[in-house]
Amino acid sequence: MLKIHELKASVEGQPILNGIELELKPGEVHAIMGPNGSGKSTLANIIAGRDEYTIESGSIEFEGADLTELSPEERAHLGIFLSFQYPVEIPGVSVTNFIKTAINQHRKARGQEPMEAKDMLRLMREKMELLEMDKGFLSRSLNEGFSGGEKKRNEIFQMALLEPKLAILDETDSGLDIDALRIVAQGVNALRSPDRAILVITHYQRLLDYIRPDFVHVLHKGRIVKSGDKSLALELEKRGYDWLKESAV
Amino acid sequence: MESLKDRLISSFIVFENELKEETRSELHSIRRKAMNLFENAGFPTVRAEDWRYTNLKPILKGDYTVFADREHPLEFGEIKRFFLHEIDTYKIVFVDGRYSSWLSSTTHHNYDICTFSAGLRRHREVIDAHFSKAAFGDRPLVALNTAFSREGAFVKIPAGKVVEKPVEIMHFSTGASGDALNQPRSLVVLEEGAEAVLIERHLNLGSSRMLTNSVTEIFAGRGSKLDYLKIQNDTETSALLDHTAIKQLRDSRVEVGTFSFGGSFVRNELEFRLEEPGANCEMLGLTLLQGEQFVDHHTGVDHLAPNCNSDEIYKGVYDERSRAVFNGKIMVRPGAQKTNAFQQNHNVLIGEHSSVDTKPQLEIFADDVKCSHGCTVGQLDEEALFYLRSRGIPAHESKALLLYAFGEDVISKVDLPELRQRLSRLMARKLRVDFELSL
Repeated sequence: MLKIHELKASVEGQPILNGIELELKPGEVHAIMGPNGSGKSTLANIIAGRDEYTIESGSIEFEGADLTELSPEERAHLGIFLSFQYPVEIPGVSVTNFIKTAINQHRKARGQEPMEAKDMLRLMREKMELLEMDKGFLSRSLNEGFSGGEKKRNEIFQMALLEPKLAILDETDSGLDIDALRIVAQGVNALRSPDRAILVITHYQRLLDYIRPDFVHVLHKGRIVKSGDKSLALELEKRGYDWLKESAV
Repeated sequence: MESLKDRLISSFIVFENELKEETRSELHSIRRKAMNLFENAGFPTVRAEDWRYTNLKPILKGDYTVFADREHPLEFGEIKRFFLHEIDTYKIVFVDGRYSSWLSSTTHHNYDICTFSAGLRRHREVIDAHFSKAAFGDRPLVALNTAFSREGAFVKIPAGKVVEKPVEIMHFSTGASGDALNQPRSLVVLEEGAEAVLIERHLNLGSSRMLTNSVTEIFAGRGSKLDYLKIQNDTETSALLDHTAIKQLRDSRVEVGTFSFGGSFVRNELEFRLEEPGANCEMLGLTLLQGEQFVDHHTGVDHLAPNCNSDEIYKGVYDERSRAVFNGKIMVRPGAQKTNAFQQNHNVLIGEHSSVDTKPQLEIFADDVKCSHGCTVGQLDEEALFYLRSRGIPAHESKALLLYAFGEDVISKVDLPELRQRLSRLMARKLRVDFELSL
């Protein structure tokens, strides 16, 4: 589904990714772990199409299409979703209006008519229940004054509504208490299916107790320095990152 | 070609001939004085401090007819979309400067919602007591309007009366007489405790050039309440010079909203005088310009009494080569203690060649006051833009959503839900998106 080959990228002349190799197949859940500044968030943002990064060389393919040529919205229409580490506050745009616009723009890209208002409302209610969200939430301004937990829940809410093929969760666990973490994980797990892939980016392994990955990769200085299964995450938890940093040199 | 000023001077003689007996009135002596002032001063030039950023010259070049002599009959169906047709309203409608009783819905029951000329016939004493008392004649354009004042809206609400539906004051021009100058003169008098909502629009339906020089005087009596909303979305061949002067007495509350979405050239002058304690005024402005459009907002609040509040928020979005001016003056006189005066002007430049000149002017001569002003000029937030695009909302639509969000807090201050919806839709249309921006 997603194939990243020899990817090198920089921002303002500073190299950040130094040759990433990564492949996700449908149904798989991959976790990328690594110390701060290792390039985890950069990788997530580059896949989603943020343009402040320069791709120096290498390729990113999604279901055979070259992603690097596509705009963020085109990538979204193909089925890529990024749950932001820091969701943006947009006063003046209600959650409902934002979701409605996003869903209908996806439908438009597929040549479908806008969704009926009542179907939209039913769908939103259903997903809100899954994420144990308050009703008043829909009429609030997008992320404005939301707590850290509410913001992350809102990200997963959007993901549940847009039903992407590839979901990238960028530090979704940061700022969450254990209850919120459980609810968010529940939302993500509900989306697991044989034709979806999930890429979890995290600093700590605790999220992986709830969203169990098939593969764990360790990113350091813009390269994947070690890959393994779930046990690698536990080992990192115990031993920290330093032993890997040394072996990478 | 004779200059517009010369043409106006000779037109004044024609006008006086038409007025016949009326020229002996007190009102006419004010017209004459005003004409003298205009004759001496002429049109303002960029040498005047108040006109530094605003050059009238290009719009004065037109071959304007001073008195439109032909009118083109309009059917309500043709212009229905410009009205708040989903609700019941009073309507004072002018076509090519003349009152259209056919399209209007006025009243003299409980209160007067009619034309200036009807006001002259029925309430001469009210007009004599108020005419030219709020809008002072030392401004050449106000003087020019005063000299030719004959028609416009007249709204008089007696003490304690509440106008139960909005009043739409509509000025249509059809271009039946070619390029034309139109000078509506309106008077609004709210007695103690009276309440009303006014909506005003100027619309050019033809392709001729229209120059409108409009003056409105408002007297808000003690404890009265007025919402006055101007929706400006005229064509590329239309220019509007508007002067609105408001006098407020004790505990009155006046809100003026100016929504500028179109026209080639617009100058909005808004002058408040808060004359007694407890008077409250609110100024809302939302401007969205494209192409070569130009809008100049000049606002002034004169705090003459203690314990008054003024609150002003103007926001603007400028695309392409559009240009705007904001000049907000707050004067706090000695003795106007416990004044609260707030002013904000926020601008987003999205056009590479768009620009805005913004100038707050605070003159404070009292020591126990709270005054603040803030102004910003910025661009769209790239982070927010990426967020929306990553959700599948294309760049153009994402920008529209962000610009709508920027202006939303101004629109949300409008009380009338139908008008809020109208403004949101106008914004969607201007921003060229096919979905509803508000919900």
